[in-house]
Amino acid sequence: MTGIPVGRIVRFALLSLGALTILAPYIFMISTAGKTQSDIFTAALSLIPQHFYFAENFAKALDKVPMATLLWNGVVVCGLIFFFQVAVAIPCAYAMAKLKFRAARMMMVLVMLGLLVPIHATALPLYVAFDRVSLLNSYTALVAPFTISVFAIFMFLQFFRAMPDDLIHAARLDGMSELGIVARVIVPNAWPAVTAFAIFSVVAHWNDLYWPLIVISKQAYATPPLGLMYFRAAEAGDDYGALMAATLIITLPLVAAFLLAQKRFVEGITMTGLKG
Amino acid sequence: MSSVTTAGSISAAALHRRSEDRTAWLLALPAIVLLFLFVLLPVIAVIFLGFTDFELGYGKFRIVGFENYAHLFSDRTFRKSLWNTTLYTAMVAPVSIALGLGVALLIEGELRARAFFRTVYFLPVASLIVAMATVWQYIFHPTIGPLNALLSLAGIPGPNWLGASNTVLYSLSIIGVWQSVGFNMVLFLAGLTAIPRELYAAAEVDGAKSALDRFFLVTWPMLGPTTLFVVTISITNAVKVFETVKMLTDGGPNKASEVLLFTIYQEGFVYMRVGYASAMTVVFLAILVVLMFLQYRVLDRRVHYT
Repeated sequence: MTGIPVGRIVRFALLSLGALTILAPYIFMISTAGKTQSDIFTAALSLIPQHFYFAENFAKALDKVPMATLLWNGVVVCGLIFFFQVAVAIPCAYAMAKLKFRAARMMMVLVMLGLLVPIHATALPLYVAFDRVSLLNSYTALVAPFTISVFAIFMFLQFFRAMPDDLIHAARLDGMSELGIVARVIVPNAWPAVTAFAIFSVVAHWNDLYWPLIVISKQAYATPPLGLMYFRAAEAGDDYGALMAATLIITLPLVAAFLLAQKRFVEGITMTGLKG
Repeated sequence: MSSVTTAGSISAAALHRRSEDRTAWLLALPAIVLLFLFVLLPVIAVIFLGFTDFELGYGKFRIVGFENYAHLFSDRTFRKSLWNTTLYTAMVAPVSIALGLGVALLIEGELRARAFFRTVYFLPVASLIVAMATVWQYIFHPTIGPLNALLSLAGIPGPNWLGASNTVLYSLSIIGVWQSVGFNMVLFLAGLTAIPRELYAAAEVDGAKSALDRFFLVTWPMLGPTTLFVVTISITNAVKVFETVKMLTDGGPNKASEVLLFTIYQEGFVYMRVGYASAMTVVFLAILVVLMFLQYRVLDRRVHYT
């Protein structure tokens, strides 16, 4: 005679209730993207559209928003940022962790100070500088300020310190140069840290609105968040069907990536901890 | 003979050390240059600009000393903005931390649906916040939004969530909590898995019979470092709220949702008053410094269990 596991039922009920709250916006997004204007105005709570209007809403969204350009810009900007961050941070972290580097202490102070300073604090002078050299509305303006990530240095430093010195000694005995060691010994062994950082970096910059909003005023260089903002501003009134369709398309890439590689995502966010 | 070899090997070692130091400098050089260019120099510049009346579009500017700061204290928009940021942080940080911990504890005990729930709660972290903000705008819509439709079913007249000055900050806070619970949950889950199982067994032997006893005896103290980290990061992220405000309210209605970063953005990049906006940025930086300092103080004092 086993009693009803009340605790487990309560726990499951609580978790389900919370999960439903979290999912609600997604459910409404999908449902509304398939509704006609009149459906939207009369039946907010019916989740299944009365007339399936998905095709029309998506066509309208794709017609008004240069979706391919936005996604391409997002990929280019995030890709370049990530590439430079890693290419700059790994050699620096290696020098601080594994070489007799007299400036290592000073570098550590710089890194800790840098961790404190978000883009919001440096945006004003950077904007003035980019304006002076006529680089507003360019990939350079979108990418350059983020090529240095003190957080990447900090994270790789922790990771490299835990790496055995023998690996490096063996490579040196084989006559490898220090740069060769970084490229062929350190980077392959740092792969877990690199993927974790990749997820952190891409999520942060794919979502960023602040800096693109400041340096970009042309549709051609708009990143996904900025493009969606333009679309919403242009679509005055309450055409929520098309707006939800656009929202759906623009949210999908990162959510799909997350669902496919969620273990890595969660690991990445836990390992990096920081966000934004 | 032997002394010669020792001297030789010493200088060889010194030589080697010097060449290693030079290699280290070369490897770190790109990072150092970029750090100066994009972090240190701009911070120094923003502090300097805060003492000037620099405006974009005008060639000349003059040093005005503390005039900008004096003006800040009497600027009603700025004071409102600071107050709103404080209120928003005071709502979003504690609620999202408590819920994040609660969900983590519940999921930790869950056996079958564990992975599913973790995915669901984490979903907002991987979603474009700007996009999800527009979905929330629809949900909060006073006449056609599903939330008020639901409330009217229960006979409650729904408020104009984002459109009324007495509810707008609450509405933004709901979005803020929705967005960050999953993030906090994942951090707490990592902290929970690091607690050794034996401690719970030991606590039980010591007479901690109920789950609540075990929580206060083992889980809560062992989670100390994680909690401190989550608290700091939640507060910093809440202080940096911008996207939802820019997308949904533009600081309105009637400045009821003016927050710090939005005011800085507005002053600096819309009205182009760079000098004045720089002074605001310095206040923003000072807040971050104080938060960091507090974190270290607490860290030094009490959370050493491991």
